[in-house]
Amino acid sequence: MLLDVENIARMKQRACVRNGFRMGALFFLLVSGAVALSFSSSAASQTPPAAPPAQSAAPQALPTTPAPAAPQGLPQTIPPAVPRAGLNVVILDPAHGGTDPGARGTGGIRESEIVLDFAAQVRRALEAQGFQVVQTRQGNEDPSFDDRSAIANAQSGAVFITLHIASTGLPGTARVYVNSDLPASADAGGLIPWDRAQTPFQGLSRKLGDLVQGLLAQRFKGSPSTAQTAAVRQLRTTAAPAIAVEISSVVVENRADLDRMAPGVADAIASGVAAFRPSYVVPTATGGTP
Amino acid sequence: MTARWIRWVVGVLCVAVIVGAIYFPILRRRLQAAAKLQQQTAEQARRELTQAVPINPGEPRVKARLFWASGNDDGTLVDSTVELPLSSDPVLRSKQVLNTLLAGPVDADLRTLPPDAVLLAFYLLPDGTAIADFSEPLATATPSGIQSEQMAVDSITRTLEANVPKVQRLKILIHGQEVETLAGHLDLTGTFLVNTKNALMAPGATAPAVAPTTPPNAEKPPAPAPAADKPSPATTPSAKPGSPKRD
Repeated sequence: MLLDVENIARMKQRACVRNGFRMGALFFLLVSGAVALSFSSSAASQTPPAAPPAQSAAPQALPTTPAPAAPQGLPQTIPPAVPRAGLNVVILDPAHGGTDPGARGTGGIRESEIVLDFAAQVRRALEAQGFQVVQTRQGNEDPSFDDRSAIANAQSGAVFITLHIASTGLPGTARVYVNSDLPASADAGGLIPWDRAQTPFQGLSRKLGDLVQGLLAQRFKGSPSTAQTAAVRQLRTTAAPAIAVEISSVVVENRADLDRMAPGVADAIASGVAAFRPSYVVPTATGGTP
Repeated sequence: MTARWIRWVVGVLCVAVIVGAIYFPILRRRLQAAAKLQQQTAEQARRELTQAVPINPGEPRVKARLFWASGNDDGTLVDSTVELPLSSDPVLRSKQVLNTLLAGPVDADLRTLPPDAVLLAFYLLPDGTAIADFSEPLATATPSGIQSEQMAVDSITRTLEANVPKVQRLKILIHGQEVETLAGHLDLTGTFLVNTKNALMAPGATAPAVAPTTPPNAEKPPAPAPAADKPSPATTPSAKPGSPKRD
């Protein structure tokens, strides 16, 4: 009995070994075939020089006169940039969104949600003044800083307004920020470098900012009388007169305190942009504003 | 013959499996012990790195001007004078004033920087560009918002301006890395102008210089602290700033 078992085991062992060899040979053949195939196919694909354009990369430079170069995957259809003189379009940017809630108050107030409601009211006020309004986001998405800027940079005759709710500041006040002065870059053959697209527009941004801030100061006591400067990331890559409006603050106990401010903010922005309309002239590439 | 050979191979394999089964847990235990040891040394290194610069009492005591919040809730800063034995070496001096700034004022409500944030490293390039590397909490615990982030950076740049005349510009890194924004708003990819007087004569280098905010109702700091600042060899950074983060 014992011997029998041993024999069977030995037979099985041998069979296994033989099968293993067979399988190994088969596997080797398969692998070598696949390697040969992949070599020949990669050689064939290398013959035509492949140069796929980087889709996600931000454009490195912008033409001085804004050209309609809409980036991929924008949250909404962009109106065609009709080369009309003067200011027609307002790009409204409700900041943050998606996984980025922005400032958060202890009462559960989220900046990303409130700015969306503010944007809706500002939009209505601007449209009443005859402006075409494009929003950088409609819902709870989070486009990158560059994607938001790209929407403005694809338009001619546009201004850019980014809306924020602060974590700090006297509740019930609103501040306008314009980008800090960037040193004028060397002229890149009539092109504005993307990472300092705001440079030629700084004078215009300041003018727009002061107009809006003046109107906000009338409506919200305690707000400064002129626009302040800050290195706001969103404004740096925007090739248009651009301002950031920040409302204080998410620390209020009741959300209604902030909601009450929306009509005043909307009115101040719309009236400010309307007052700015006559002074809007597309600046030259050299960094000087007219 | 073949059968015996196969038996030997199988036997050896079985022995190998048994030895492996015994040895594997031992190896794992040893690896875990080694990892723990490494973690300890990393922790030790961090502690050494973040240790406050020892203030040498032998140094002449000077009036350092530190900028904290004014308490008006309007984003403005006011300077407080603190007597400190500051070093004459600009790098050591910068570390001393920034550590004092991070420690915060007596009234905790007037803090401009999160209490958990620490200065990990400070370098000064020969051209006057300083690189300050802060720990993660500076980015994660600073309240999100243009005003609050601007106040944090402003308190750093104005404190450096008032106490270390050699620093012309400041680059802020978070845990050794260049980050896009401080807490979602303020641009950290460029450098901040520290010495506004000299910068007007000689504008910034390659990086886009970003001027600190000058709120209309905030007073400008007067001349830097009257400390003898003898020239000393500038330290060069060992860590290069990383490329800008993009999402």
